[in-house]
Amino acid sequence: MAQEELLNAGLRGLSDALAEKRVSSVELTRLCLDRIARLNPTLNAFVTTDPEKSLAMARDADARRAAGESGPLLGIPMAHKDIFCTDGWRTTCGSRMLANFVSPYDAHVVTRLKAAGMPMLGKLNMDEFAMGSSNETSHFGPVRNPWDPGRVPGGSSGGSAAAVAARLAPAATGTDTGGSIRQPAALCGLSGLKPTYGVCSRYGMIAFASSLDQAGPMAPSAEDCAWLLTAMAGFDSRDSTSLERPAEDYARDLEKPLAGLRIGLPREFFGPGMDADVRAAVEAALDEFRRQGATTVEVGLPNSGLSVPAYYVIAPAEASSNLSRFDGVRYGHRAAEYADLMDMYCKSRAEGFGAEVKRRILIGTYVLSHGYYDAYYLQAQKIRRLIAADFTEAFRACDVIMGPTSPSVAFPFGAKSADPVQMYLSDIYTIAVNLAGLPGMSIPCGFGAGGMPVGLQLVGDYFSEAKMLNVAHRYQQATDWHRRVPALAA
Amino acid sequence: MSLTTDDVRRIARLARLEVSDAETEHTRDQLNGILSFIEQLQAVDTSGVTPMAHAVDVVQRLRPDAVTEADRRAAFQAVAPETEAGLYLVPQVIE
Repeated sequence: MAQEELLNAGLRGLSDALAEKRVSSVELTRLCLDRIARLNPTLNAFVTTDPEKSLAMARDADARRAAGESGPLLGIPMAHKDIFCTDGWRTTCGSRMLANFVSPYDAHVVTRLKAAGMPMLGKLNMDEFAMGSSNETSHFGPVRNPWDPGRVPGGSSGGSAAAVAARLAPAATGTDTGGSIRQPAALCGLSGLKPTYGVCSRYGMIAFASSLDQAGPMAPSAEDCAWLLTAMAGFDSRDSTSLERPAEDYARDLEKPLAGLRIGLPREFFGPGMDADVRAAVEAALDEFRRQGATTVEVGLPNSGLSVPAYYVIAPAEASSNLSRFDGVRYGHRAAEYADLMDMYCKSRAEGFGAEVKRRILIGTYVLSHGYYDAYYLQAQKIRRLIAADFTEAFRACDVIMGPTSPSVAFPFGAKSADPVQMYLSDIYTIAVNLAGLPGMSIPCGFGAGGMPVGLQLVGDYFSEAKMLNVAHRYQQATDWHRRVPALAA
Repeated sequence: MSLTTDDVRRIARLARLEVSDAETEHTRDQLNGILSFIEQLQAVDTSGVTPMAHAVDVVQRLRPDAVTEADRRAAFQAVAPETEAGLYLVPQVIE
């Protein structure tokens, strides 16, 4: 099979090619590894590769197929965000703290994707401990956007987005605490899905804010995401918030027609904060849905304006607690010199963590400290309830909510890094979804200023992933934004 | 409400993070910028609202009180900065 054909075949195309013996997993894996070797020096999307290990996994997948095994994903290579623990592979979380950490076990999501037969191409760069919206906080340097290497890929799953957009990998895992799958998917022209909280196990996924973190797939199309989520999701007793639900085939409803679909448009998401080029692409996407028989209705999310400040109390509070485990004793960086135990903790952590991570730990420590807990943390949790209740009310009038994923297209490096609050506002449309625990998705819907991709955000009611994927897939049957490839990757 | 450099030192100590004297003022200014941004939450009337700690209401599962994990001490200690005889080594804390 021709290389371009393989690179743009989608998971279904690759699955068919493997089943019909038109390509082997080893050939496919080698093709990706060659592209990584060629393009990663420009993109910095991968922080770790190990071609021998990748090819061994590919040979194993080919052997499984030769032995009569089949499975939709068997032999298709993919890559993992470096927040997922991977047995025998370096797992850094984008931090100096874990720069030499080789995980002794696999995350549950990794175990499931391995069982499905997906060879691993390597580990993907990310904002340090997933704290960032531009990939500029990584200890390993920023990832570059394949559509314009002078611009950010978004974050925190920026390595995942850049790698898939440049066709270094057919698909990747990401995680989303405040928009970290959807925003980079939007900025790099991909489809990305954050499932309902609890659908994918958090076991082995290095914790940032435990009540918000969710793993999800990132790939060119909604159909790809449906296939991946079917493999990733599932109950795991090792995550106390993993949900015991019957297994789902998330691709089951992809082809359903959209006639009668009610799309809710939150007036708060269509205000003056959105750039004109983003608005034009989103409006054009809504017209396409109307052509397919959907109707649109205005809804209100009156408390959504409070989601960013509420998040910047709750997420740092949880992070300050989660990141206390990095103390230079059991794993991770330990300072070379120290006076005593306290000094060892303080120096190891000061050296191991970057500036943004330290800021969030300090904010989290402060809002949880004596005298401030009620005023900040408890108040933020009450506002979280109000934000979630807004969505419940909105879903009485609609089946899916739509709006922009990000207020602007990808911005140049350094544009927002001086002012933390400006950076935080990049996630203004995505954060409320995490606070509510709802599923959210971004799909490509056009191009804006500088020829940069624009993302359309879909928000569904709890456990409506199959419905959202159906809506996204039908849109992608009528449009080809998700098939566009950056010139650098051609 | 705005933090002083003494507040920053106190919080950093609680967080077990060394902040050098040279960094303290810059850190204070950045934290104050974030705190003034989250200050808007104070104006919201939340009387009677139950705090939402988690996205989905789940009860903690109980499992039988039985050993389920294999002994993987050697593998886990292989990634530790300093160990001896199966123990993690830290600076002496008791004279």
